[in-house]
Amino acid sequence: MKRIGKRLRSNLVIYGLVVVTYVVLQMVMGSGHISSSLQGQLVPICVYVVMAVSLNLTIGVLGELSLGHAGFMSVGAFTGVVACIALEGIISLGAVRMAVSMLIGAACAALAGVLIGIPVLRLSGDYLAIVTLAFGEIIKNIINCLYVGIDHRGLRISFLTSAAALELAEGGRVIIDGPMGISGIKKLSTFTMGFALILITLFIVLNLIYSRSGRAIMALRDNRIAAESVGIPATKYKMMAFVTSAALAGAAGTLYALNYSTVTAAKFNFNTSILILVFVVLGGLGNILGSIIAATVLTILPEMLRQFNDYRMLVYAVVLILVMLATNNDDFKGLLYQIRGKILARNGTKGKEGAVNE
Amino acid sequence: MKKTLSIMLSMLLLLGVLAGCNNAGSSSASAPGGSEGGQPAAPSATAFKIGGTGPLTGGAAIYGIAAQNGAQIAVEEINAMGGIQFELKYEDDEHDAEKAVNAYNKLKDWGVQISLGSVTSTPAVATSAETFADRIFALTPSASAAAVVEGKDNVYQMCFTDPNQGSASTQYIFDKKLGNKIAVIYKNDDVYSKGIYDTFTAKAKELGLEIVSATTFTEDSQTDFSVQLTEAKNNGADLVFLPIYYTPASLIFQQAKAMDYFPKYFGVDGMDGILALEGFDTSLAEDVMLLTPFNADATDDLTVNFVKKYQEAYGEIPNQFAADGYDCVYAIKQALEAAGCTPDMSAADICEKLVATFPTITFNGLTGDDVTWAPTGEVSKSPKGMIIQNGAYVGMD
Repeated sequence: MKRIGKRLRSNLVIYGLVVVTYVVLQMVMGSGHISSSLQGQLVPICVYVVMAVSLNLTIGVLGELSLGHAGFMSVGAFTGVVACIALEGIISLGAVRMAVSMLIGAACAALAGVLIGIPVLRLSGDYLAIVTLAFGEIIKNIINCLYVGIDHRGLRISFLTSAAALELAEGGRVIIDGPMGISGIKKLSTFTMGFALILITLFIVLNLIYSRSGRAIMALRDNRIAAESVGIPATKYKMMAFVTSAALAGAAGTLYALNYSTVTAAKFNFNTSILILVFVVLGGLGNILGSIIAATVLTILPEMLRQFNDYRMLVYAVVLILVMLATNNDDFKGLLYQIRGKILARNGTKGKEGAVNE
Repeated sequence: MKKTLSIMLSMLLLLGVLAGCNNAGSSSASAPGGSEGGQPAAPSATAFKIGGTGPLTGGAAIYGIAAQNGAQIAVEEINAMGGIQFELKYEDDEHDAEKAVNAYNKLKDWGVQISLGSVTSTPAVATSAETFADRIFALTPSASAAAVVEGKDNVYQMCFTDPNQGSASTQYIFDKKLGNKIAVIYKNDDVYSKGIYDTFTAKAKELGLEIVSATTFTEDSQTDFSVQLTEAKNNGADLVFLPIYYTPASLIFQQAKAMDYFPKYFGVDGMDGILALEGFDTSLAEDVMLLTPFNADATDDLTVNFVKKYQEAYGEIPNQFAADGYDCVYAIKQALEAAGCTPDMSAADICEKLVATFPTITFNGLTGDDVTWAPTGEVSKSPKGMIIQNGAYVGMD
């Protein structure tokens, strides 16, 4: 019982923090005291938080290194936007259409996850990393060659040609124009949508981690041979975590694409995958709260550093290195634990809950 | 539960401090002209605030910096003249749509009244949608994709659109009989390059020019062009059309020379700047032709004066992007005067007046005489053919 209570508490902290942040930001926005700069970053922050949390599921919980997370984001972004444009005449309410698009984006990314997962999850370690890396690049190149348009006959798809090959009827519209991606997207993403997606992501990920399946997944991470010896089907559980992670990334991709008027495949390259990997590593493997905080801070940081002009990215890199060193430094950690211990001790003397060791 | 509560409370406190910081920062920064947050603060300054985003760092930095420098020279000149005063601010967008929107929001916090859009195409498509939603007038110096101005009444271009460049290049090659067998090497993950290629081939078909080879490369494969060049060589191409930026083009020249292949080269405005590339042997670019609206060797007073000032300030010969930036500021000045705008007007009011005024003005600048704009935002001016001789751009006509 005590363990469950502790787990519930740590989950509540995560949910509480997200909800409180949302409410406070909404209040600040309502009173008009928020800078455009921060306001414009709210949706990307939500996107990166979802990306980081979902990648943490693959890396921290499943223990497999994936370097192609942006590929799933890309699949979700493009299918989501196509769905959103195709549904324009059918669902008129923006928020509903976007939710449906996100579901479609997530479903397509999940499908991509299954396709890539079947051969790849039989591999482990470095092999998986390399194959996912290749997957991200393949997706980028496929979308660069993909042309999709819509007219009264429905969606038209052409590959490796040009937009003219779609032979759109009168009044038709090119949606994906190969390397030029999609332009002229109507901005539908809102901070509230992003917030809702974060909550859904947390709900899915935290429940998966603390479920029977989650324990099986973590058992596989810690010792595959031992786990298999007690009858845990490795591929099934690996697939479960991997596909969930991919689907969430797809939903985040749709949210991202619908926030900007243009989206190109080149955006979802290797660098974006690595960026998200940095969030996860910095936040701590398997640490969901850490991922959320790291994604938020590292998204805002480059904008905060604008006053350094050309040296911005240099300062950013230095800060990144310092943070990495600091969080891995035993003295620094000891200091943190000391402070935490003091706070807990003080609480312990006042409250009923037992304090940690003195 | 007390621990949880205390953590949450302390986070709340931290957030409050953070929000407070932002609040203080933004209110002081956006006091003049800032209309964000519902209450348009009364703009008190005497200068118009113009701002733009461009790649000031990274691979495309030369364009952003050039446009910024050009605009800066124009602002200094105009301010010295008295009359309308300008305040210019450029923010870095790293040639990325997401960063460009961030940079644009930063400018909004600063209180930008008139936007110079973004320098490169992909970011410009993203920021132009924002300026359209916020009703801030934008005149982009060099973002040439058609999607930048499409469907936006308050976004204008100083440069040709990509389709125009493509068809103008074909027309030029056809009129001057520059080549019989044409090879095209283009970057197929770049909006700019692909856009020009599409119209170039369409127009070539119309005019009956023979394209013997069309090969592509991408961001990740722009270091080795042996395959593309071999194909062009084997197909007997005597003219290679390069609708690409100058960095990959410099490698193409080098590698073609290494394989003893010496065709004529024809580029578009992205080729402009190749002579300023660090460590580039300018003899490789000898006799390269390009279509660009600006010629630094022109002898008219305006160009001579601009080139002199630019060289004094930044130590290099200005390229077309610098000229576009310079012209943008002057075009805005002319339109502001014609519309009778004052610096104390809000961005939205200025926008409405400029939208009404811009299609009516005729502008004479560095990048063309009798320049006019259609109400859609597209510019109308004639391109100049240039050729590189002895390490300098020389007009071809």
